[in-house]
Amino acid sequence: MKKLFFGVLAALTFAAGGAFAGTLDDVKARGNLLCGVSTGAPGFATVDDSGKDVGFDVDYCRALAAAIFGDPMAVKFVGLTSAVRFTALAAGEVDILARNTTWTYSRDTDLKQTFLGVNYYDGQGFMVKKELGVKSTTELDGATVCIQVGTTTELNLADYFKENGMSYEPVPTADNAESQQQYLAGACDTYTTDASALHGTRVNLENPDDHLVLPEIISKEPLGPLVRHGDDNWADIGRWVLNALVIAEEKGITKANIDSWKDTKDAEIHRLLGTGDDDILAMVGLPKNAMYNAIKAGGNYGEIFENNLGATSGINIERGVNASWTKGGILYSPPFR
Amino acid sequence: MMTKIAFVRKKEIPPSAPPITEVGLIGWLRQNLFSSWLNSILTILSVYFIVIILWDFIPWAYGGHWNTKSLRECLDLDPDVACFSVLTARWKQLLFGLYPAEEYWRPTLTFIFLLLAIVPILFPKFFRFFWFSIIYPGLAVWLLWGGSFWSISIVYIGLTLGALFFLTLIRRYLKNYMIAAILAFLSTAVFFLFISNPLVGLLNVILPISLPFVESLKMGGFTLSLIVGVTGIVASFPIGILLALGRQSNLPVIKMICVGFIEFIRGVPLITLLFVASVLLNYFLPPGTNFDIVLRVVIMVTLFSAAYMAEVIRGGLAGLPLGQHEASASLGLTYWQSQRLIIMPQALKISIPGIVNTFIGLFKDTTLVSIISLRDPVGLASTIRADQKWNGIYWELYVAIGLMFFIFCWGMSQYSQYLERKLKTDK
Repeated sequence: MKKLFFGVLAALTFAAGGAFAGTLDDVKARGNLLCGVSTGAPGFATVDDSGKDVGFDVDYCRALAAAIFGDPMAVKFVGLTSAVRFTALAAGEVDILARNTTWTYSRDTDLKQTFLGVNYYDGQGFMVKKELGVKSTTELDGATVCIQVGTTTELNLADYFKENGMSYEPVPTADNAESQQQYLAGACDTYTTDASALHGTRVNLENPDDHLVLPEIISKEPLGPLVRHGDDNWADIGRWVLNALVIAEEKGITKANIDSWKDTKDAEIHRLLGTGDDDILAMVGLPKNAMYNAIKAGGNYGEIFENNLGATSGINIERGVNASWTKGGILYSPPFR
Repeated sequence: MMTKIAFVRKKEIPPSAPPITEVGLIGWLRQNLFSSWLNSILTILSVYFIVIILWDFIPWAYGGHWNTKSLRECLDLDPDVACFSVLTARWKQLLFGLYPAEEYWRPTLTFIFLLLAIVPILFPKFFRFFWFSIIYPGLAVWLLWGGSFWSISIVYIGLTLGALFFLTLIRRYLKNYMIAAILAFLSTAVFFLFISNPLVGLLNVILPISLPFVESLKMGGFTLSLIVGVTGIVASFPIGILLALGRQSNLPVIKMICVGFIEFIRGVPLITLLFVASVLLNYFLPPGTNFDIVLRVVIMVTLFSAAYMAEVIRGGLAGLPLGQHEASASLGLTYWQSQRLIIMPQALKISIPGIVNTFIGLFKDTTLVSIISLRDPVGLASTIRADQKWNGIYWELYVAIGLMFFIFCWGMSQYSQYLERKLKTDK
């Protein structure tokens, strides 16, 4: 019976998936992009005091909207909790999911989604009070750990402690805010979640200098935007808008100086900004100046990072591995040709 | 033999004042707080706990910052007091969600009208204004979502025409209610299928009245809680009555349907139904269908609370002596007459505490919608915390949200107690 039910469900999903071919046409017909973002993830997506959507993922979707329509505001943001994000994408409630989602094998294959790349390399870290005197995660044997239940971080934690032959006592919490409260109240020695969130949290503690984010990162959490299986053209568009932002940083193209590259000798920049003769973006159904508009919307990858996660945002996350490969990071876009 | 009487009191002794330990503050304290050693211990413990909570809470809340720009600023000023600045910056969002700021007057007006619309229902003195309660739902939908005025009022026009047609048939031409009802229903259906759309188009041209459209994505905060809560409460009550009657019906099919529905709904948690509304329904509807998420949630919440309501009212029905049914039958009343005049008034009166209990529970359950991504106050709290300026704010938001919910729930409970006193006939 159960099998039958899921069989029917799968068939329906498949039928639904098939009917979505031509997402770009649907988006153009609708006049705006539906972008699934988090209902609240510091730095990645939230609304500001005036009700405007802001964040790292938000800016990526604005760039994508600008590439399609020439207008970064032609996008509607659908806040999604982690419980409903994948089904919302599969059911067509959103065109693209940019919701600090970790790219994993099963999500890519079993859930029938296409990840477009990595826009942020995150990883799980630990925060401790300095007075504890701990300098490394390897010294955490026997610690009480505040951990969000039902997340990949919970599984990573168990794996890591087991591998290193250490024991720990979990203090389960519902979300990052509760972890933080428990940690501050002294219910646990350390609390663990994605390092980006730890940094954001630490900055706003009463005395940030009393707390330390340990240097070790115990898991790989490559976050990236994703779309449904079955529309490769749409996936290409999303992927190459992301790549364009990365290339722009590599080449030094910023929001401010984007108009000053007309005389450059670099042919790739001409292809990217649509200032050359060949119109390669027609292949995916985008206007010639699509990437120009995308970069113009919120700046290149580095600018978007700086505004939402870096020093300007107050979260103060270092670029680290998220720097361009030319600057010691691992961001590396295939060539735009 | 004569008895020698030494003293005869001529006047009655004036009643002396009761002992000081029985009246006034001391008497009240003795009776209510220190009537036995167990009570005394509980009183002292309670006072102790209240004092230690208030000892921390009052300085924390009283000295709170209201005008800083971020949590960091609050902490740098004085980390030991509340940072209510988050409420100063975000109270509009907590009330209206992401509703466009220049349209805030619309949910506000809807709320004021809500208060006006429930007065005729709550206080019989004002029953002559009941017509406003009837037009309120349409008015509220139009004000909140906007769009053309006529596309909402056409529903009222159609239903009114249908009702008038039905009454005319009954009065002038037909004696059979069933046939009249079917004819009226068919003609109303024809109206909505073929006539209403062109008519709305025509009215829009002749007299265009419309408000800017606001989509459900923008609904949030207490506006959303009230939309879901009030609609659920109002709609679940009549459905609950019908289900309760259906469950006691002698007609096996109706009884089976009602029992099945009630037991199924009561057997699953509300959050499951909300997941069905938010996630599963999308798989079964054709792609591209725009079945509004708020409407889906309202329907699920209504069905959920209707099942509970049915059981509460069934409890009231079971509390009536069988003689009441028999007496009304012996008077020659039909089934519906006896329900309307004899059974329901008594059954509902008995059920008041249970009914209001269900209402209050439903209103608080609306916070569950935050799990399926709707931005009710609890959902908004996590959105607000995701802004780096307020990352780490916890108690201030929840205290404010809790206070708002308390006001509404306490109001409902007070009204139910007033109603119980008013309807008390067995003095």
